[in-house]
Amino acid sequence: MSLAGDAIRRLDEPGTAEAQHQEVSVTNHSTAEASARPAQQDAEPAVRGVQTLSMAKAITAGLREALRADEKVLLMGEDIGPLGGVFRVTEGLQAEFGDRRVLDTPLAESGIVGTAIGLAMRGYRPVIEIQFDGFIFPAFDQITTQLSRINLRHGGAMPMPIVIRVPYGGHIGSIEHHQESPEAYFAHTPGLRVVSPSNPHDAYWMIQEAIASNDPVLYFEPKSRYWPKGPVDLDHAGIPLHESRIVRQGTDVTVVGHGAMVATLLQAADIAAGEGTSLEVVDLRSLSPIDYGPLLESVHRTGRLVVAQEAYGNVSVGSEIAATVAERAFYSLEAPVLRVSGFDTPFPPAALETEYLPSPDRVLEAVDRALAF
Amino acid sequence: MVARERDFTVPTVQLLTPEGQLRPSAEAEPYLHLVEALDDATLEQFYRDMVTSRRLDVAGANLQRQGQLALWVPSHGQEAAQVGSARASRPQDHLFPSYREHIVGIIRGLDPVAILSLLRGATLGGWDPAQNGNFHLYTLVLASQTLHATGYAMGIQFDGASGTGDPETDAAVLVYYGDGSTSQGDASEALVFAASYRTPEVFFVQNNQWAISVPVSRQSPSPLALRGTGFGMPSVQIDGNDVLASYAVTRQSLEEARAGEGPSFIEAVTYRMGAHTTADDPTKYRTQDEVDLWTTRDPITRYRAWLEGRGASAAFFDDVDAEAQDFAADVRRRALELPSPTRETIFEHVYHEPHPLMAEQYAWLDRFERSLDGSDA
Repeated sequence: MSLAGDAIRRLDEPGTAEAQHQEVSVTNHSTAEASARPAQQDAEPAVRGVQTLSMAKAITAGLREALRADEKVLLMGEDIGPLGGVFRVTEGLQAEFGDRRVLDTPLAESGIVGTAIGLAMRGYRPVIEIQFDGFIFPAFDQITTQLSRINLRHGGAMPMPIVIRVPYGGHIGSIEHHQESPEAYFAHTPGLRVVSPSNPHDAYWMIQEAIASNDPVLYFEPKSRYWPKGPVDLDHAGIPLHESRIVRQGTDVTVVGHGAMVATLLQAADIAAGEGTSLEVVDLRSLSPIDYGPLLESVHRTGRLVVAQEAYGNVSVGSEIAATVAERAFYSLEAPVLRVSGFDTPFPPAALETEYLPSPDRVLEAVDRALAF
Repeated sequence: MVARERDFTVPTVQLLTPEGQLRPSAEAEPYLHLVEALDDATLEQFYRDMVTSRRLDVAGANLQRQGQLALWVPSHGQEAAQVGSARASRPQDHLFPSYREHIVGIIRGLDPVAILSLLRGATLGGWDPAQNGNFHLYTLVLASQTLHATGYAMGIQFDGASGTGDPETDAAVLVYYGDGSTSQGDASEALVFAASYRTPEVFFVQNNQWAISVPVSRQSPSPLALRGTGFGMPSVQIDGNDVLASYAVTRQSLEEARAGEGPSFIEAVTYRMGAHTTADDPTKYRTQDEVDLWTTRDPITRYRAWLEGRGASAAFFDDVDAEAQDFAADVRRRALELPSPTRETIFEHVYHEPHPLMAEQYAWLDRFERSLDGSDA
């Protein structure tokens, strides 16, 4: 049975880590060149091109851009300094920006969020790393009763540009509290914004957009997607932070998810295609607010929707989507909106995680049920 | 086997005795010069502030009883702790209250009608700290503000806005909380962060003996002043009903904080003479004997006796009473004139940037309400 340490060590495997390092170095190099040139208004912006990065390193690169762009941006968290965080997402950043920009804090999540609020009141833009999904709850009070309402209490005079990065989700074979999906608690809370990238390109841009936001943003990082690499266009962001996107076109059934679930949905779509069923895959990207535009447009065409998530199903983001789509696309639906999710139990011991987590087959089972109506 | 120490008593800094005599305790001697440096006008202002606070309490309680406030939170008995500490702050300092420090806000320039609008249910905030002497908003989840204050103090330090040696610009943070709040995890985490980052900050605990109905002995068997020591910062217990002790010790602590010497902790031992709030009946949990005892230690009575001994005139005290009466009447009149909030304020500022649900739900509610009262016709 593999524990968190095994998963983390994958980053240090010869080849993988080195390759990632080189790729990030290329980013550094070209940025350094760009900034070395005298700034001229009529100069063409430096083209940095498309790089192949893991999501972890794409977030590192995005954090580096944000730290460079605004000296008020601070990173705060546990073990994020010399160690670079347990997932190495902040690797090298303290060496580059110093310990007044990248803070290894005392080991106290409520303290981290609470002091970040004070720093934001002073004009800073703190970016917090919560070490693992299940460890966000000591900070739940500060996030839900304070952070989410400070701007409101001050009548807009005191914005809270704080980002809370949360590695979340299963598939890494770890112990209790290390594989959870607590995003619904925060999507339920007014005053917070909640996003989750599914691929390295979105991760790179969405972290920078989250940091630029003057509202608090919960940035859920699907940790099982930290390592697979993908193209990152360093010059073109694409769609705004809170928009969803159709990532694979299809005609028979719409399937929607966020974070790591998008990869599962794409696998399901491949399998379904082989069986003659065409799935349209929507990457939600933003959980609060939810952008229903592409989703409704898709459901109007397919008439069928399956919502998938790793989180518990009861009173979840998927429940909200199912209810909203039923309200807004009632006459387009050929079948009830069906949900595929983690079961309404604590995340089980890792030996059972493959049975607990929605798989392509579980998605396809729901697709079959939707088509049977 | 060596017996372990179980005597946790600490000395108390007291300058004025309950009888109103300036007779500093041994621990108070180092602070005496700070009081001796005060001119008559400042000393008289302390008295004026305390009487204003007590008179506002009467007005607030009356407004609540008349159905004009959801709640009033009295400060009766705690005037010396609040006035002395607030008067020790400088304009550039930031003060983070809990929810009972009305006179602290007034001293910092806040119009108390803003506090009444909060307690009247017209707003969730009430004022902009930047426009009101850096007096931050009341925080109703106990001890949450200790972390905000500590983060703010970290920011002051990161900005190089303390520790430069210039007393006109170096800033510090003063954070208020109570004996009940010391049991909250956030209060401990704030001390951890403050000690770790050596923030320019003073933790000011008003130990008023009661957390609603639970005595301080349930929060801690040892003096709360020891809390700061355990986290690695200088800690002092003061007689919280002695405005001179409150002023002098806070002044010294804030100066050290501004000078970059790190955070410190003050326990002001005082007493909540009235109820926790107007929703509470203190006769259910404490004795009249206890209240009578603390009446003999009243902060205003003792300070008045001392001022009288120094030659303050009867006219001065009469004038202060009349001013406080006028002040409270004016606050009352303007509180009654406070407008009701409009329905869009439910949605405004929930987010700083546009949010589709806010726009959508406000539009729906407005349409719905107009359909009921006919104003949509």
